[in-house]
Amino acid sequence: MSSVKDWAAPTPISENRGGLIGKGVDRYEGRLKVTGSAPFAYEVEAPSPPAYGVLIASPIAKGTVTLADISEARVAPGVLLVWTPHNVPAQGERGAKINPRSQRGSNPALAERIEHFGQHVGFVVADTLENAKAAAALVRFDYAAEPADLIFEDNLDAADQPEGEEDVRVGDFEAAFAGAPVRLDETYVSPLQNHAQMEPCATTAWWDGDNVTVHTSIQMVKGGQHTLAETLMIPSTQVRLVTRYIGGGFGGKGQAYDDLTLAALAARELGQPVKVAYTRQQMFQATIHRPAVHMRVRLGAQADGRLDAFALEAVTHCRRETPFTEHAANFARSLYAAPNRLTGHRLVKLDIPAAGPMRAPGEASGMLSLECAMDELAEQLGLDPIELRLRNEPETDPETGKPFSTRQLVRCMTEGAQRFGWDRRHPKPGQVRDGRWLVGLGMAAAIRGNFLLPAKAGVRIDADGTITLRQGMTDIGTGTYTILAQITAETLGVPLAQVKVELGDSDFPPAPGSGGQFGAATAGSAAFAAGMNLRTALAELATGDPNSPLYGDDPELVTFGGGHIAVDNRAEPLDRLVARAAPDGIYVEGSITPAADARDYSQHTYGAHFAEVGVDPDTGEVRLRRMFGVFAAGRILNAKTAMSQITGGMIWGVGTALHEYNAVDPRYGSFIAQDLAGYHVPAHADIADLSAMFLDEVDDKANPMGIKGVGELGIAGAGAAIANAVYNACGARIRQYPLTPEKVLAALP
Amino acid sequence: MKTSFTLNGQAASLDLDPRTTLLDALRERLDLKGSKKGCDHGQCGACTVLVNGRRINACLSLAVTHEGDEITTIEGLAQDETLHPVQAAFLAQDAFQCGYCTPGQICSTIGMLKEAADGWASLATEDLTADIVLTDEEIRERMSGNLCRCSAYPQILAAIRTAGGLA
Amino acid sequence: MKAFTYERPGDVATALALVAEIPGARFLAGGTNLVDLMKLRIEQPTHLVDVSRLPLAEIEDTPEGGLRLGAMTTNSQVAADARVRARYPALAQAILSGASGQLRNKATTAGNLLQRTRCPYFYDTSKPCNKRAPGAGCAAIGGISSNTAIFGASDACIATHPSDMAVALTALDAKVETQSGAGEARVLALEGFHRLPGDTPHVETELRPAEMITAVVLPPPPPGGQIYRKARERASYAFAIGSVAVAGGRVALGAVAHKPWRAEAAELALEQGASPAEAMDAELRAARPDGHNDYKLKLMARLGAACLTTTGAGDGQ
Repeated sequence: MSSVKDWAAPTPISENRGGLIGKGVDRYEGRLKVTGSAPFAYEVEAPSPPAYGVLIASPIAKGTVTLADISEARVAPGVLLVWTPHNVPAQGERGAKINPRSQRGSNPALAERIEHFGQHVGFVVADTLENAKAAAALVRFDYAAEPADLIFEDNLDAADQPEGEEDVRVGDFEAAFAGAPVRLDETYVSPLQNHAQMEPCATTAWWDGDNVTVHTSIQMVKGGQHTLAETLMIPSTQVRLVTRYIGGGFGGKGQAYDDLTLAALAARELGQPVKVAYTRQQMFQATIHRPAVHMRVRLGAQADGRLDAFALEAVTHCRRETPFTEHAANFARSLYAAPNRLTGHRLVKLDIPAAGPMRAPGEASGMLSLECAMDELAEQLGLDPIELRLRNEPETDPETGKPFSTRQLVRCMTEGAQRFGWDRRHPKPGQVRDGRWLVGLGMAAAIRGNFLLPAKAGVRIDADGTITLRQGMTDIGTGTYTILAQITAETLGVPLAQVKVELGDSDFPPAPGSGGQFGAATAGSAAFAAGMNLRTALAELATGDPNSPLYGDDPELVTFGGGHIAVDNRAEPLDRLVARAAPDGIYVEGSITPAADARDYSQHTYGAHFAEVGVDPDTGEVRLRRMFGVFAAGRILNAKTAMSQITGGMIWGVGTALHEYNAVDPRYGSFIAQDLAGYHVPAHADIADLSAMFLDEVDDKANPMGIKGVGELGIAGAGAAIANAVYNACGARIRQYPLTPEKVLAALP
Repeated sequence: MKTSFTLNGQAASLDLDPRTTLLDALRERLDLKGSKKGCDHGQCGACTVLVNGRRINACLSLAVTHEGDEITTIEGLAQDETLHPVQAAFLAQDAFQCGYCTPGQICSTIGMLKEAADGWASLATEDLTADIVLTDEEIRERMSGNLCRCSAYPQILAAIRTAGGLA
Repeated sequence: MKAFTYERPGDVATALALVAEIPGARFLAGGTNLVDLMKLRIEQPTHLVDVSRLPLAEIEDTPEGGLRLGAMTTNSQVAADARVRARYPALAQAILSGASGQLRNKATTAGNLLQRTRCPYFYDTSKPCNKRAPGAGCAAIGGISSNTAIFGASDACIATHPSDMAVALTALDAKVETQSGAGEARVLALEGFHRLPGDTPHVETELRPAEMITAVVLPPPPPGGQIYRKARERASYAFAIGSVAVAGGRVALGAVAHKPWRAEAAELALEQGASPAEAMDAELRAARPDGHNDYKLKLMARLGAACLTTTGAGDGQ
């Protein structure tokens, strides 16, 4: 096992002689996407024309399907198959190969037991989509409904500590809080949110003998492959799962859903390719969501602003059968100094769809509390919110005492303040007007952990010099294709155009997929390792080949650049070497594992958000006017795609602060918003002038390339900056997100 | 029922189930899968195509109603290897991430620029009787019928400014 | 969708006859709401009569100095019309506040008036709804939607009418011209065109079976200012949670009732010299919020007063 010390050595990436690392090159697959020719899962060409499957949803939240009458549907025009709990093929138990449990998905599809509203109870396949949909309405069901626990707020008393977790205590929080001269004790509530990826879940499946091929929209290739194999009760080697393009994931497509299971089962039953997509309504009711969180924040400070006591206690909810905890307090364990600390989580189990990870799980909810509480405390103390944070900047991790691998939070705040014009903020709320608008500024810090997971990658060079990187990794819009091409090209010293990247295939060397903002570091490090192994192989090939100008040279002295392999001034093009000495090409793999001592460091990405909003005193409507963020997230691989990731995350923060919520009907267990007219993700007009910058950083404790993730950092804290700006604009301190006109209006004088 | 229209400059004729939307006809019958189905209810804009030069949601339009229409989809924009200027600007400005809303955004942009050129007002137009100036605020309002969950809005705005000659 | 047949007659008389003769036949115009609802099986026509290409898409000056908007004019076409923009800015603003550019390019003037509620319980077909199935009950009552009616709701329905355009047209005192199969033509005041829910919330307008809207007629613009303002949960592409149209001395409110709500009490108060705020208070005295939509009182009071102040409707009486 490697040590982080090994990672500090110079590498082709840190030397960046080709200049490709960090360069804002266009997206690798960009041309396909702007021409509409990137095939998403439902659009993949099957070996023969596919049949169309549609799903039928339960109208009750809990109970049993007692009757399923398919007689009318079965004989409807074009119908090929109708399944209900009473005739769906047997499915294997899931779980043995799938960790974490939240990736296992619902099991089995079309179960007789109903565990939430919108659970699928029927499935119809027909020759056309129109016929399938029409027939689906003809299946008749009866149910025996049972009482269900549906409302989070009504069940707060039933909250339990998540299994295997304990509260984290440092010092004596209660005593320190009681003795603190300045105290804050407030509860903040973040709402249930939906991922609302633009592409609904979809699968196209077909069989060839005992082997099934599925093209599906999933973030985790291996998880999906194993899940399906278990469900079909066949070895994973008989399942090929492909996911080339994914129309947004955000954590919501980390697991297998019923489209995957039923497309594969039906294709087997019918001996014909079958494709299945969720409707938009099914995306809301039959996938996962971010749970609501109640967060009690207690801060005890000295008059100078130094925190003596800090507590963040989060209560959240999950589906009864699918334990998942939105760890809304975890981020706070590393953010601000305070000698006496308490953080922990409680969980309420409900009979609603499963909660699960959604972009920056934990931080996205949790920072909405503490970063507002700091704003409130700063006002109590008469301090600028940045100054309060500066006074509580820790030298080492405030919980564990471990050194930080890197920490540029202070610079993010000070640089951001200067560029944004923070000094124009009036410390007293409600003082600035622009026409009818009340205008205010707010800021918040951002922190998001950084992780490295085990991964592999394969790379081959062919006789024409083409280098192909293959990995069972996914690109959910994050830019994975692009950065892997850049890493591979830079490692091997070839132009970008010489590199191909192929992803999203269970036949390729495995990578953990997209999630937790670990994708670039994890997949990229494996690609880098594979590239280094190919360098070694090529160096040995050349120095061992009597026909090479490098023959007899020390392989250790070989360099790569400009498409050539060289020692001193002896060089030859890679394609010539390979065509001559290895005409069938060379394929090698590489892998990455976390360093043995990686956990000796407190490792995070950081940032600071600055927002200017207008509040309409007539309606309570809040409009973003300006937003700026400064971030430190290790070495940036692609200036363009990283910027898109980070600004996209900030915009998620805008939606979180102002628009996005769902609520459960207490009688039916259904969401009040089941479509994109009811669930308001930010529209273009919601986003005014919004930009960001990255600070220079290389985190050599992170991985051999010193890179970290950027996909989730942007949302962390962003919503709190908006809420703080709303307070500054109009004096309305709203602790229940989102800040809808209804709530703002109620808080306005 | 038999329906004929011009699709990306070519005559197209097919026998349609009246229930088939223009979007499903394109995707499932005509092998033009660039137009995307995001919501199927006119709530996201991913299915935006141009009909007789105007942008519409293909998901809410029955295909049989398009007899004789001129329909342009994302597949009809590039000339062989040369991208349409709006496509090229989206690529250069990184105006997309997952790419699923992108064909709709691009078709919508083309329709929107034409509307503005024709002098159509928007809610962002302060003086309804004055000539239209495509400010950033105008572009944002006019493009609000195309949701992008990846939230590439700043980059989409930059691309539209570039392609519209406003940058 | 349930199977249906389709045809596209060439003239109004044929279209009217077809819908009159074929049980379950419906007119199809832009389709942006009807097709939406057909996909959810909320609407299940047996036969669609496509009227979108009938010669009803002109905007004409009337001899009285107003405008006649053909039923099949698109929302975009009306909002872009120079006469509408110059003389009926509240109408242009209302149309441009609604939906998206794509939808406005398809949606028609007549279709906009006939669009159905966006009540989430109407859209979720697993719930009882007296609009979808008369007598089934109303899931919105006792539910959690906050975008429900504060005026004129009944025990059968608390839904609101979602149109922006119709609110401005109400303030502008527009008339609806119709024709029916027998060739009978009627003119209805828009103000009375939509109904309150009562016991029959599925009957949403005064339109008779097989009667077609052929035009909406705007009287000459009233003296005084005009405005349409809309509050909503995001900056664009969202239905109103409350809206106000003012045209001269007429005031209409949106997203507060089963129909565009003419604020007669506010108008009367203004005539009697009330301030904008007093006028809105007078109107809102009749409001009956249900606990979930109480915020609409403050919203409409403030938004209404602001609009009246902007147009000068409450000045110098």
